[in-house]
Amino acid sequence: MTTALASLVERVKDATAPLCLRGGGTKDFYGGAPQGDALDTRALCGISAFEPSELVVSVRAGTPLHELEATLAGAGQCLPFEPPRFGAGGTVGGMVASGLSGPARASAGSLRDHVLGVTLLDGHGEVLSFGGQVIKNVAGYDVSRLMAGSLGILGVILEVSLKVLPLPPASATLRFEMPAEQALQQLNRWAGQPLPLHASAWHRGQLNLRLAGARAAVQTAARQLAETHGGRPLDPDEATDVWLGLRDHRATFFSADDPRALWRVSVPATTGPLALPEDPSADTLVEWGGAQRWLRTSAPAVALRRVAAQAGGHATLFRDSPGAGPRGEVFTPLAPPLLRIHQGLKARFDPRGLFNPGRLYPGL
Amino acid sequence: MSDPSALPSAAPDAATIAQRQRALVAALREVLPAHALLWQPEDTTPYECDGLTAYRARPLAVALPETEPQVAAVLRVCRSLGVPVVARGAGTGLSGGAMPHAAGLTLSLAKFNRIVRLDPLARTAVVQCGVRNLAISEAASAHGLYYAPDPSSQIACTIGGNVAENSGGVHCLKYGLTLHNVLRVRGFTVEGEPVEFGSEALDAAGLDLLSVIVGSEGMLAVTLEATVKLVPKPQLARCIMASFDDIRKAGDAVAAVIAAGIIPAGLEMMDKPMTAAVEDYVHAGYDLTAEAILLCESDGTPEEVAEEIDRMLDVLSGCGATRMEVSKDEAQRLKFWSGRKNAFPASGRISPDYMCMDSTIPRKRLADILLAIAQMEITYGLRCCNVFHAGDGNLHPLILFDANDPDQLHRAEAFGADILETSVAMGGTVTGEHGVGVEKLASMCVQFSPAERTRMQDLKAAFDPDGLLNPGKVIPTLARCAEYGKMHVQRGLLPFPDLPRF
Repeated sequence: MTTALASLVERVKDATAPLCLRGGGTKDFYGGAPQGDALDTRALCGISAFEPSELVVSVRAGTPLHELEATLAGAGQCLPFEPPRFGAGGTVGGMVASGLSGPARASAGSLRDHVLGVTLLDGHGEVLSFGGQVIKNVAGYDVSRLMAGSLGILGVILEVSLKVLPLPPASATLRFEMPAEQALQQLNRWAGQPLPLHASAWHRGQLNLRLAGARAAVQTAARQLAETHGGRPLDPDEATDVWLGLRDHRATFFSADDPRALWRVSVPATTGPLALPEDPSADTLVEWGGAQRWLRTSAPAVALRRVAAQAGGHATLFRDSPGAGPRGEVFTPLAPPLLRIHQGLKARFDPRGLFNPGRLYPGL
Repeated sequence: MSDPSALPSAAPDAATIAQRQRALVAALREVLPAHALLWQPEDTTPYECDGLTAYRARPLAVALPETEPQVAAVLRVCRSLGVPVVARGAGTGLSGGAMPHAAGLTLSLAKFNRIVRLDPLARTAVVQCGVRNLAISEAASAHGLYYAPDPSSQIACTIGGNVAENSGGVHCLKYGLTLHNVLRVRGFTVEGEPVEFGSEALDAAGLDLLSVIVGSEGMLAVTLEATVKLVPKPQLARCIMASFDDIRKAGDAVAAVIAAGIIPAGLEMMDKPMTAAVEDYVHAGYDLTAEAILLCESDGTPEEVAEEIDRMLDVLSGCGATRMEVSKDEAQRLKFWSGRKNAFPASGRISPDYMCMDSTIPRKRLADILLAIAQMEITYGLRCCNVFHAGDGNLHPLILFDANDPDQLHRAEAFGADILETSVAMGGTVTGEHGVGVEKLASMCVQFSPAERTRMQDLKAAFDPDGLLNPGKVIPTLARCAEYGKMHVQRGLLPFPDLPRF
């Protein structure tokens, strides 16, 4: 264990060329193209502390995500933000670095919301701990949450402490037939009521709604919504397929073989259906109560960025079409003061520009 | 140019101060109306401290801008003169985060007190930084919504201050901190340039800078406006009041409730001296014979609450509760809470002064820290009452002392530092929700290594290269830590304990 860390520290101290931080490599497709010598984190493996009554787990970066989830499930707990698993080999470090959350995000919070502490190897070759293992902690700047979604550009995540929660005692999924506009209205109205909403997904006229929480609350809400809005309950296996298909991108909509690019457009939940004049036939899938829109389209980046900006959001080229040329700018370009802050952070945490260059933004 | 690393209390000499003040006032008069600028001692003295009254300094001047262009202009003036800027909201902070800089400007944002927009369908409110925390929930109430974080000062504290401190409250375990309830912060960089962190979507492009802005104690940018999330008001809330004849049993009961898979809406604890003090103040009928009292709240639909209250009663009685009472109606629930919410004023009645600590520990160490604090009462010869946000391990020990006796003040400070450092050694942190400010600078030396503190200074420099925003707070200099002389404590769960760390 210590040998594994010591060798990472040496690699970073001695490095003269960029390093590509890598766990299972299941997200190589995401962000700017990986470049540099691989720095594999998988030797840093294992759960270093887990006590269910503390609702906190501390786990090393190279630990396979499925291993962490199995341990939590054994104690009746879970990662409430449902991180996506794009392959069997995904690691905890990759989960944090990508910062992605699954279907429950709108109600359960994001990955970032659940990060309590991080141990980091920075570009100076220093091992640093920020945050901690407790839920309330305002000592110093919250550097640990900054690592969520950083795509490794500031340092090597060595270990992370995460807030975990009990698995919901009960859940139920209802399916409604309604057009996009009506579904968006309805989702926002429901979210303003004390209902145990847990996840939602609309695609091609079908709205799936998952309720989760205390048994009594789920039963009452499911009955009520079925009566008032004609929702049809899905049987548990069918429901599991629906939500895993969304969470892990196993559903056909997300297929890597689709000739069109996959865009993730993040907008305020009340934004109406996105109109893309460049591609009126773009296929849209709505999650997170309306706040996350997936689009399959061959429309140019500028079109996606425009509709996102008009709604007050941003657009990410999540997965480029197969056989496309070099990846352009994947994420929405930053406003000048934010870019300056990004450059300042990169220059100070990684002064030699070693870690994952270009993965988040060109030049970072 | 001031020395940004200087402590706020390390004031330059009087002649230099007077000269800087003249230059600053002359420049600010060009950008502010006369009534928005104070510099006479009788006008600036009311600003010399925040809720932590033991630390005071008078600023060169106080600016009270009324428009955003005025704020930007003030920041540009300060930058060109190299004058530190300390932003200030309601001044209710408990760690000296808004204590003025003796060679700086206090930037009061009190005039920015409008709710700009409240969108019930989107469940968001856009509020200026000077809007009071409780005012947001009051405005949202008509729509069946509220703003969840409820620090006990919520009647007075402002959202700008909440963003600065990442404020909590009694419902954090279930509903999160300020960070989890703020979508977007808009303001100015130190250069006076408009900037936005986060967005009204659920995320924003690039690094999650909103995470560092929230809780940054005014060190990184000036917050003028925030978009906050509103959540549906629970249909019902009920509270259990449970007595224990042993501190350890009460601490174990807290862990047992969580281990049973229950996330209570609130889970609070008071020890015997605290209970006596609050009972004398609010007459709520607390059990004065109990060594510890737990308040456990459940909220949600009536069905949910009934189910959860039953489960909590089972767990608590299994842990040896000697008396349990469930609130029958809203009036009784509020009565149960009245003592807990008045713990600070009640302490003010039984002692000339009190010092409130704010560390967090892993929940399982609740009894250990209480017993350690009991030992410290003997060591330092001072009494201490204890209230806890037990559900999230956040302690508020109130050390009772008389500030007119210098020896007592000194012992109280040593007592407080001992609690913080013991908390760090137990795997916790020196501040759960009140912030570091000036109060806990020394204890930061114990919690973080020199390299960690350096990288945090670096982070500040990425936002504020000249170190003009609230300098001297939050992150102690290496020199200050050397002077404090205590070693960085290896935190409980360092993953690589055998790696050399200095």
